[in-house]
Amino acid sequence: MIAMKVKVKLFAAAREIVGQGEVAVDVREGSTVGDVMEHFFARYPKLKGIAGSLVFAVNREVAQRGASVQEGDEVGVLPPVSGGSGV
Amino acid sequence: MERAVSAVSKPTCGAVAIFVGTVRGFSRGRQVSYLEYEAYPEMAIAKMRQIEQEIREKWEIEGIAIQHRVGRLGIGVASVVVAVSAPHREQALEACAYAIERLKQIVPIWKKEVSPDGSYWVGMGS
Repeated sequence: MIAMKVKVKLFAAAREIVGQGEVAVDVREGSTVGDVMEHFFARYPKLKGIAGSLVFAVNREVAQRGASVQEGDEVGVLPPVSGGSGV
Repeated sequence: MERAVSAVSKPTCGAVAIFVGTVRGFSRGRQVSYLEYEAYPEMAIAKMRQIEQEIREKWEIEGIAIQHRVGRLGIGVASVVVAVSAPHREQALEACAYAIERLKQIVPIWKKEVSPDGSYWVGMGS
């Protein structure tokens, strides 16, 4: 198993639940956005509670949960924006 | 706001349309003490550039400026300014309206309403 490091940036309600806005996470090579998020959902049940409303970004572009991540990628965890219709 | 207007004003333009969003003192029946805005700055700027591209494909405009404040903002303060210049007013007005709607949809900026009885992230359905 080859580990790789990704940078996760959390905002607004997601940032408050986790208690910090940026977290470095080690994941297996070949992981997806969803795999990265499982790391957080396991530790923060409140974040899992709003999982359905979260939008994700990889390197500042909106990405689906199934999108793969690479070493050094920046994964954004984005609650609904103020307009209400999601990013 | 003056900076946004002067940034887009050109001799070829007959119109500058401006939208200014301000902090409202009441929201959904609650008094608001102040707002806290938070952004994903790098992505927000990229999405603002995307909005400019979308507008330039739809309307003949000259310049566009979009500014958004972050941090703690008191009641009545301007939080967002959009200025669009065009040869004629129709393009400027339509493009300005489009820009603020798209900004609310795709630009990662969040707003927390702080009121005497608690605080709420807008958009979280709470």
